[in-house]
Amino acid sequence: MLTNKRLVLAHFWLAFASFGVALVLGAWQMFVRSPLNAWHFNPEFYYRSVTAHGSVMGYVFPTLVAMGFGYAITEAALEKPLIGRRWAWTGFFLVTVGAVLAMVPVSLGLASVLYTFYPPMVGNPFYYVGVVLVVVGSWIWVALMSINMAAWKRDNPDKPVPLAMFANVAGSYLWGWTAVGAALEIIFQILPVALGFKSTIDAGLARVFFSWTLHAIVYFWLIPTYIAYYTIFPRAIGGRLYSDAMGRIAFILFVVVAMPIGVHHLFADPQVGAGFKYMHSVFTGLVALPTLLTVFTICASAEIASRLRGGKGAFGWIKALPWQNPIMLATALSLVMLGFGGAGGLINMSYQLDASVHNTQWITGHFHLIFGGAIVIMYFAIAYDLWPHLTGRALESFGMMRTQLWLWFIGMIVTTFPWHYVGILGMPRRMAFYDYLNPAVAPQAFSVVMSAIGGFILLISGILFLTVLLRGQFAVRSEAGAYRFAIPVHMPARIPVALNSFGLWLALMVGLTLVNYGFPIAQLLALPQTNVPVVYVGAGR
Amino acid sequence: MSEQKLFSFRNSWFSVSVGATVAIAVLSALAGLIWLPLAQPELKLAGIWDAICSAAGVPRAPLSAPAQQPDFKTSNVVMTADMLARKDAVSIGRGATLAQRCAICHGPQGVSDANSPNLAGQFAEVTYKELHDFKTGARVNVVMSPFAANMSDQDMKDVAAYYAYLPRVPSNKVDEKVPAPPIVVIGAPMRNIPPCGSCHGDIDYKAGSPWLGGQSAVYIKTQLQAFASGTRRNDISQQMRNIARQMTAEEIDQVARYYEAQP
Repeated sequence: MLTNKRLVLAHFWLAFASFGVALVLGAWQMFVRSPLNAWHFNPEFYYRSVTAHGSVMGYVFPTLVAMGFGYAITEAALEKPLIGRRWAWTGFFLVTVGAVLAMVPVSLGLASVLYTFYPPMVGNPFYYVGVVLVVVGSWIWVALMSINMAAWKRDNPDKPVPLAMFANVAGSYLWGWTAVGAALEIIFQILPVALGFKSTIDAGLARVFFSWTLHAIVYFWLIPTYIAYYTIFPRAIGGRLYSDAMGRIAFILFVVVAMPIGVHHLFADPQVGAGFKYMHSVFTGLVALPTLLTVFTICASAEIASRLRGGKGAFGWIKALPWQNPIMLATALSLVMLGFGGAGGLINMSYQLDASVHNTQWITGHFHLIFGGAIVIMYFAIAYDLWPHLTGRALESFGMMRTQLWLWFIGMIVTTFPWHYVGILGMPRRMAFYDYLNPAVAPQAFSVVMSAIGGFILLISGILFLTVLLRGQFAVRSEAGAYRFAIPVHMPARIPVALNSFGLWLALMVGLTLVNYGFPIAQLLALPQTNVPVVYVGAGR
Repeated sequence: MSEQKLFSFRNSWFSVSVGATVAIAVLSALAGLIWLPLAQPELKLAGIWDAICSAAGVPRAPLSAPAQQPDFKTSNVVMTADMLARKDAVSIGRGATLAQRCAICHGPQGVSDANSPNLAGQFAEVTYKELHDFKTGARVNVVMSPFAANMSDQDMKDVAAYYAYLPRVPSNKVDEKVPAPPIVVIGAPMRNIPPCGSCHGDIDYKAGSPWLGGQSAVYIKTQLQAFASGTRRNDISQQMRNIARQMTAEEIDQVARYYEAQP
């Protein structure tokens, strides 16, 4: 029962429109720093573009998808209209205003600080205010998800919260807490400097705060994808979810262990002690657990669906899967990319192995494969699945959808595999220019060209995606029926209170954050002489 | 749902999850803060408490003798992006009077053909820093050092403000046709040389970098050679010495000729 279709559609359209713009920038960036481009542009434009691409893809696009999908889940899973419709629109409005406010100074070259801010570089205050507004808008969503679940539980004391809603609320809590790090950094460290009240900044502390956000934000991006795995995929292929409880445990594990691990981004930073780097590394290892549980459950669900369709044999059932179905295809491709990306992630989280890839293009390749690949391809699937229910019109370009998904997969592999490889060769990231004529750099040229070609394949796929959605917007009207989520093999009638509520898990999340971040932050706050002069980006000559 | 109390050790979900979390946290802390540091003899740790402090990142006084001090003066000016950015008419006026004694070399309007730096329109923080370094001895020059020796901090700020206030005058050597050499536009990444323009103003401007347009080629070349040989050492954190040392003689010539021809 979707009543606020316009609300959900508004979120999705803004998300995908901004995604389209950022995708063009991404392809351009791949091109200009490749050997295909003779050096004839201002490198400042590159950093401007990277800042816009990162800010849109990292903050605006996934946040809007999670919010829109969250509202859809609330109404469809709880089978009642959303509580707080006006607040939801307010949140959307804040995200929109924030995105525009942030992008204006970036376009003008006044905030080319990249989306990870990188103090002591400091740009125009409107950029940071815009990012804060995006976060505040999304916090309204966090509150609404919690309120809607609480209201439903009050009305249905004897039923378990539907898995989709449970997972959705898990994602919202994770985001609510993980965004605090960057918010502290912006509000207490960067904005006072950007507004001119101070001219020095504790860059080390700022990086620690940002790491608080930087890793768990990836799991916030990942949660809509996992919700789609658990609650859309089994239904879409005509099967059942293998285990409802396993799903709940996976999402709970994300809430608990996705947070206290961000320092593995700071392995090369001197301001954090080696002991804390080790502790964060241990928890980073643990976060592979919910993913392994998920891969198992989803493959088991696929096998159930296949055997119901007559699939036979130890591996023969794979052939009997409905490969023509875009959701089937997207999920399979997503899991392949998740596998490769996850393997790369295990390398990044190992202190000694990280040393050889730290700050190289390997890292850029890694997060594009995981986020741009495994996660975003499921955003496409979510949009394809929800679109007929939102527009009341049939989405029938199945051939185009399959082409689009295949192109996205191929493009992402062609982009990121050479990207990883040049990282191993030592190519640094965050640079606008590489001297490919130099004998030491020349061997990387071919791989970089391959990467750039992959970028253009992705661009074509993105255009196809928007075309499918646009065609859906103008197709013939047809009633799609009620939106349903996958049913588990064993429908839980009663479940332990721990798997139906978040109190315990939020306590563990906050507790572990204090254990793993408390001392490093307190120490940096207390140490004198840790501030450095600020470098204003885009300051006039 | 189940009426079982959640926050109670009788609830196995509670006891197992809290127990496992605490156990992992404690074990990883023991390993990371005690066992691993003690397993590294080169850290020369005095005991468990020392290991914990070291692994937690508590700064320690260096074990060996104090850090080696340079046997020459280094610049003690702290550069910030907005220093001396505010224009002050009184300061400019005082600076104009003080600058009369500079005119014999630097020209009555801050421009001269004497191969000394043209100061008209130079950033205030640049002029101030050089005067300050001449005074402290971080930069040495037989002509300039005595001039700076008796200047007060305010005098230096005033002179700097005055020269920043003067309009840049195009030198008679401006030649727009001189092409920008690669070292100015793209630097030499493999030799760790950033483009000159990324600090000196063609691409971006970084605080403390002088405006080079219209400076005498002889002066630029002499200074780059001085940085390269180490006879000039007042650049903060060896920024220019590291660059000049990596430049070829030909590049130094190109840069000097290019900037002389710029407005």
